[in-house]
Amino acid sequence: MIEIESGVEIDGYVVGDRVHSGAMGSVFRVRGPHEGVELAMKVPRMGAADSNELLLAFETEAMILPLLATSHAPRFFAAGKVTTAPYIVTEWVPGKSLDSRLGSPLPPDEVAAVGAAIADALHAVHAQGVIHFDVKPHNVVMRPDGVAVLVDFGLAHHRSLPDLLAQELRYAAGSAPYISPEQVLRNRSDPRSDLFCLGVVLYELATGHLPFGTPATLQGYRDRLWLDPRPPSRGSAVPPWLQEVILRCLEPDPDQRYQSAAHVAFDLRHPEQVPLTARATKADQATLLRQVGRWWRARGLQGPRVAPQALGAAPVIMLAVDTSHPEDPRHPALRRVARQILSLSSEFRLLCVSVIRADIVRNSAEDPVVEHRVRLANWVHSLALPASRLSLHVVEARDPAATLVEFARRNNVDLIVLGAPAPGEMALAWWRSVASTVTANAPCSVHVVRVAEGRR
Amino acid sequence: MRIALLSDIHSNLEALRACLAHARERGVERHAFLGDFVGYGADPVAVVEIVAEHAARGDLAVKGNHDEAIGGSTAYLNDTAAEAIDWSRGVLGADHRRFLAALPLALTEGDAYFVHASAAAPERWDYVDSPIAALKSVAAADTVYTFSGHVHDQVLYHGTPAGRMTAFRPQAGVAIPVSLQHRWLALVGSVGQPRDGNPAAAYAIADLDAARVTFHRVPYDNLAAARKVRAAGLPAALAYRLERGI
Repeated sequence: MIEIESGVEIDGYVVGDRVHSGAMGSVFRVRGPHEGVELAMKVPRMGAADSNELLLAFETEAMILPLLATSHAPRFFAAGKVTTAPYIVTEWVPGKSLDSRLGSPLPPDEVAAVGAAIADALHAVHAQGVIHFDVKPHNVVMRPDGVAVLVDFGLAHHRSLPDLLAQELRYAAGSAPYISPEQVLRNRSDPRSDLFCLGVVLYELATGHLPFGTPATLQGYRDRLWLDPRPPSRGSAVPPWLQEVILRCLEPDPDQRYQSAAHVAFDLRHPEQVPLTARATKADQATLLRQVGRWWRARGLQGPRVAPQALGAAPVIMLAVDTSHPEDPRHPALRRVARQILSLSSEFRLLCVSVIRADIVRNSAEDPVVEHRVRLANWVHSLALPASRLSLHVVEARDPAATLVEFARRNNVDLIVLGAPAPGEMALAWWRSVASTVTANAPCSVHVVRVAEGRR
Repeated sequence: MRIALLSDIHSNLEALRACLAHARERGVERHAFLGDFVGYGADPVAVVEIVAEHAARGDLAVKGNHDEAIGGSTAYLNDTAAEAIDWSRGVLGADHRRFLAALPLALTEGDAYFVHASAAAPERWDYVDSPIAALKSVAAADTVYTFSGHVHDQVLYHGTPAGRMTAFRPQAGVAIPVSLQHRWLALVGSVGQPRDGNPAAAYAIADLDAARVTFHRVPYDNLAAARKVRAAGLPAALAYRLERGI
C-alpha cells in the first residue's frame, strides 16, 4: 500500500496541498498530464475501523464516476488500484459547497434557484441510471455559473452495475438528517429517494432548520417513515408555492412525491405555475391522532415496498402551439398526436409553449402576451388535462426555433412536439423552417406532426 | 488479455459461429468452452470439431453433463434431452467421443476457475441457482473469478471472500468492473439454447488485466438452427425452444 501525501508522485500525478481532511478521507490538489484542467485527488482514509466500508465506497465511486457524462458531476480522469493505492483523480470543481449557504434562511427566490440547480443535477444523473443516495449541502458544489455539481458518489447506485454496497452497508447508510424513507428501508433502486433528500435540503435552506433533526438511533431513523414535519412556513417567510414543493418532496410515500427531478426543477423555476394543494397552506403538523395513524401504517414497513420506478416514466413533454395562426390545419393534427402521446404516461408534465414575434406591430391596446395566453388555454382546453400536469407559456422572441430549443433545454424536456412546415413555408429552403431547425438543434427527441396529404 | 466464455453450445452451430465472430470483432484472443457442447441441437459433429480445434491450439475446454452422457448414462437427463443424446451418439465418431470423454471437469488458470456446474462438486452437476449455491462454488474454487454455465441464464454473483454472495442480472454490452477485492461467479448464459425469452445467443468476455467482464447477447439465425433440428427428426420441442428462446 502506497502512502499518498503531499509531494508524492504517483502514476504521473504530483500530489500537492491537502485541501480537505475528514472522516471519509482526504482531498489533495494535484498536477497531472491533462492540459488546461485543474485536478483534485481524493484518497479514502485507511486503517480506520470502518475502512472496509470506506473502501467499498471508494470502489463504488471509481466504478460510477467514469460512466457519468455530465457537467453535474466531477469529470473523471483516473483511479488507483484499491489494493495498492486507492485514489480518484477528477477535475477540481471550482465553487463553494452548499454548506456555505446554510445558517440563516435564504429568501424564497434564492432557495428556488439553488433548488432548481440541484434538481437539474439529479435529473442528469438519474437519466444516466445513477441514484446518488447522499444528497446533502456538503455534497453539492455550486459552479460560479450557477450549475450544481454533485460530489461524492460513494453511496451511489448504477442501474447497470452490481451494487457492491447492497449487503455491506450498515442500517440506513447516508447522512442522518437527510436520508429518505427508502434508505431507512434499504431500498437501493428508487431514484425518488434523492427527491426526498432534496426536500430536506430545500427545507433547511428556506428555514435554517432541519425537518427531522439529527437522529442517532434506529427508531429515530424510522420516524422518517411517518413523521409529518413542521410546515416550513411556520416561523419562516416561506410562500405557499415553495411550501408545496418542499412538502411534496418530503412525502414519506414516494408515489405521493414528485416522480421526476425535472418536475421539481420546473416548479421551482415557475412558481406561478405550481399546482397548489392542501400542502401549500398547511399551518401546522398533522394532529396527534393523524400522526398516530401515520405511525401505525409505517410500523410494519420492512424492506423495499415500492416497485422501482422506470426512469423516463415521468416525461416532460413540450408542445409548441402556433397561436398566431389559429385557423392553421395543423392544429387538429397536433392535438390528436398530443392526445396519443399523453395517453402513454400518467406522470407526464405538459408544457404548452407559444412563441410570438417580438417585432409584431402592436396596433391594439391589448397585451399580446395575455391575448395569446388566452388562445393557448383555449387550444389545450379540449385535452381536458388536470392543472397539475399542465403549464402555459407565451414567449416573445425574434427567433422562434432558437427560443423553443432553449426553452426545452432549460426545462429538461424529454420530447418536443410541433407542427411540420406549412405548405406556404415549403417554398423556403427546408432548413429555414422552425421544425427543421428545432429538430437539428434540440437536446431531446422531436415529434414533427404533418397533416397527411389529402386530408388538408 | 480478452477471453471469450462460451457455455452450453448444445450442438447449435449457427449460434456458435455467430458468437465466435462477435468475439473476434471485439479483440478476443482466447476462448474458454465451459461444457455441454452436445445435446439438443442438430450439429454435434461440427460443434465438437470446432471446440477440439480450439482446444488443440491451447484454448480451454471443460466437460458438461451432456458431454458426459454421450459416453455414459442418460438416466440423469429428461426424456427430450436423453433422446437428443441417443441421436447424437449415432452421429458422433469415435474421435469425437474420445475428445468428450477426455475433457477435464474443471480447470484453473491464474485468478480464474472454469467449471461447467458448481466448483463444489463438479461431477454432481449441481445448479448454481442461489446465492448460497454460488458461495459454495466460490469457496471451493478459491479463486477471485469462477466462470461457469449449466444454468442457462446470465447472472453475476458477487461477494466478499468471507461472506454472502449477491446475484446481479447483467445488462448486455455493459463492461462491469470486477476488482480483485471481491469474489465473482459469472454464469455466462447459453450459446445454443437461451431460455429467457430472448432467442439471441448468450456468452461473455472477460478482460482480467483490466478487471472487467462484459456479458453479450448475439442475434443469430435461430430459425435456421430450428429447421435443422426438425429435419434431423429430433423432438419438435427442441426446435420450438430455439425459435422462441424459451
